[in-house]
Amino acid sequence: MSSPQEQHIATYREEAGELLAELETSLLELEENPQDSDLINRVFRAMHTIKGSGAMFGFDDIARFTHEVETVFDQVRNGKMEVTRALLDLTLQARDQISTMLAASGGGPPADNAVGERIIAGLQQLQPQSAQPVRITEELSKTADATDTPPRSYRIRFKPLPEIMLGGTNPVALLNELRELGACEVICHLDAIPTLDNLVAEHCFFYWDIILTTTRGNEAIKDVFIFVEDDCELSINLIDDGSSADADPNYKKLGDILVERGDLSPVEMQKILSMQKRFGEILVDQGLVPASKVQSALAEQQQVKQVRQERTTSAAGPAAAEAALSIRVPADRLDHLVNLVGELVTVQAHLTQLAATRSDNDITTVAEEVERLISELRDTTLTMRMLPIGTTFSKFKRLVRDLSAELGKEIDLETTGADTELDKTVIEKLNDPLVHLIRNSIDHGIEMPDLRKANGKPAKGTVHLGAQHSGDSVLVTIRDDGAGLDKERIRAKAIERGLITPTSELTDKEIFNLIFAPGFSTAQKVTSVSGRGVGMDVVKKAIEALRGTIDIDSTSGKGSVITLKIPLTLAIIETLLVRIDRNFFVLPLSIVEECVELTRADVQASHGRHLAKVRGELTPYISLREQFAILDNQPDIEQIVILSVGGKRIGFVVDDVVGEHQTVIKTLGKLYRDVRGISGATILGDGTVALILDPGLLVEAVAMVEQEQFG
Amino acid sequence: MSVSTITETVQYLTFKLADEIFALDVAKVREILEYTSITKVPQTPEFMRGVINLRGSVVPVIDMRLKFGMSTTEQTINTCIIVVEVTLDGDTTVLGALADSVQEVVEMEPESIEPAPHIGTRLNTEFIKGMGKHEDQFVMILDIDKVFSESEMAAVQEAGGGND
Repeated sequence: MSSPQEQHIATYREEAGELLAELETSLLELEENPQDSDLINRVFRAMHTIKGSGAMFGFDDIARFTHEVETVFDQVRNGKMEVTRALLDLTLQARDQISTMLAASGGGPPADNAVGERIIAGLQQLQPQSAQPVRITEELSKTADATDTPPRSYRIRFKPLPEIMLGGTNPVALLNELRELGACEVICHLDAIPTLDNLVAEHCFFYWDIILTTTRGNEAIKDVFIFVEDDCELSINLIDDGSSADADPNYKKLGDILVERGDLSPVEMQKILSMQKRFGEILVDQGLVPASKVQSALAEQQQVKQVRQERTTSAAGPAAAEAALSIRVPADRLDHLVNLVGELVTVQAHLTQLAATRSDNDITTVAEEVERLISELRDTTLTMRMLPIGTTFSKFKRLVRDLSAELGKEIDLETTGADTELDKTVIEKLNDPLVHLIRNSIDHGIEMPDLRKANGKPAKGTVHLGAQHSGDSVLVTIRDDGAGLDKERIRAKAIERGLITPTSELTDKEIFNLIFAPGFSTAQKVTSVSGRGVGMDVVKKAIEALRGTIDIDSTSGKGSVITLKIPLTLAIIETLLVRIDRNFFVLPLSIVEECVELTRADVQASHGRHLAKVRGELTPYISLREQFAILDNQPDIEQIVILSVGGKRIGFVVDDVVGEHQTVIKTLGKLYRDVRGISGATILGDGTVALILDPGLLVEAVAMVEQEQFG
Repeated sequence: MSVSTITETVQYLTFKLADEIFALDVAKVREILEYTSITKVPQTPEFMRGVINLRGSVVPVIDMRLKFGMSTTEQTINTCIIVVEVTLDGDTTVLGALADSVQEVVEMEPESIEPAPHIGTRLNTEFIKGMGKHEDQFVMILDIDKVFSESEMAAVQEAGGGND
């Protein structure tokens, strides 16, 4: 078990990773809307958080570096600097540098400091002249760069929970950070300290009142406390907004201040005050001010107080509500839950089977109830692992931006359906294939700007990345408006590589699909981006490993579309359970079209060819018995399960169709990794193991064998 | 040679394949099961008998006799599956090893273990950690990680696979 400190560091690393991702997205969005102050604030806050918590957990180098970048963005935030492409380029590089530093601290390769310095130097160059000399000392810049906002005074009551120090937070560091913001008076309260025998040495019993006069506003103060928000009682009150030049230099009365702070109850103060005459009453008594004037002054006092109070509560309101909407759960705990639900589904299948064998109404009722609840539990659990696919989409924006710059092309990435949800593990495994496909579209698909113009297309190319639900799958499409695939070149290449013979008659689709063959690449020159010919077959394998399919279509001169069909989840699927002799197999239900009988007479009538006439249409079929060398007990009447594989109807002959089955997918492990056509196993209600068939790969394997025999 | 790796007194589980006694480090053994029905995975070599359901997990079972060039294990009342944890490629994998019968757990002093002879065992010497002696019988101590190593499995798979 790791120490709490290590856990905090791990959490920091995780959070910083998320923040860096957010930073990247915000920067890229900022490129499109350079004036959006919301985005600028988001960038600033992300960096500030990385810096602040970095310093707290001992990532000093990250904190220092980020601070430099943040300082520049502070200028942007204050409207002293424009958002330019150069600034964004450098900031994105800085983001990468932080990411490298973060990885280096976790045992990755060390970050190159020279790169960091170059980025900082570049950023400093971009800063407006006036601000540059001030930056030498940090303290100065902070007070100098905000001269346009008048200094305001705040009263901060910071009352940490006793356990705050266990979380790795040092309250003194926070107070020091406050001191950096401006003139600061810290009063420490000792009255919460218990007697010695109740004193826990690791707990913090102090709390503080801080009177701070700063030019940096409420947000800056909140930023200081951003990581301890949940671990302390914090109230920040503006006590002097600095705008009223004629404000009473004597400020409020002692009693008012104490009451406002909650140190003295109003009732008590009233009691004390009632002993003396009110200030206003004295004034009226003395005839110095008329009663009405006193009344109006009191009303004013009331009003301002109210307005100020509302301001502070409404500022805290939405943030608090947002925090309650979601909680952070470690992924492995969620995986464990999914596994448990998977086992529950298996047990429930057993229960249902038992209930069916004994005709006891009570047991049947319970079994049905359990079945209903478990299917609901299953759905809920699986949706918990669902993430919007947009989390990966945002990464590709950066990819497109960098690649198009490198290749001298102008390319926009459009995305749709970013909120389409997919299982977390599926999304992770989808990342690399998508990177590859997008790289391909950019490198091979989109033409150079002048060529595009010559062909009457806009100079700027578009790559469109879309996702949408389709039954129990998600369709991910990558469309570009580039040159499209060159059929003749693919054909020539395939003949050269011996993939097809010169006489082969292929449909367009079949030609396009040749690019997925191992070792195929038509790029005439090898670039750093693609063209090494290791690409598309790897992509295809990765997609097939997800039990997905890949399809490509292209129109010459108009562009290409690649469609990935990916199952929603890798954990539990709906299947059709079939039997051959004593072996059970399951087929994905989503592609089952129909089941028909195949009698021995039918087989004889077709002279042993594997073709069946289904409603006047010839349907090829694969005999799984033959394929799997299961020879015993062949029945006279077999069943053909007709599946739609790659857009074609193909039959799979089995002895018997048992029925629908909720299949919890188990892997067959490393030993059986290379078995083609079987993608996993599942456990049936009675405890026997059934194998999950991958129809696409089975068809491919059979086609290959037949080609060897006759082709 | 390989015996130098055995320096401590270790407990071994002994089991029989035909008439011969083999042993493996008990630390590698997770449990011993009675023979249950094994689901054959099609298109795999003969010695890979298939998979079983081990309390909800799918565990591959290997026929040790076929693996060592003997005849197929016939099912008797003593036939059992030794569930072992082996390290494949750095990952721990759970496998079942089909054996004719399980004997006992014995302690063997390092001194009583001799290196395997280079010839004459009719087994790949890589598989054998050493030859021990127990109650006047030779015991072949297996290096189970090597027996199930990936290259070993892949080599046999290529030779024996593709029965179509």
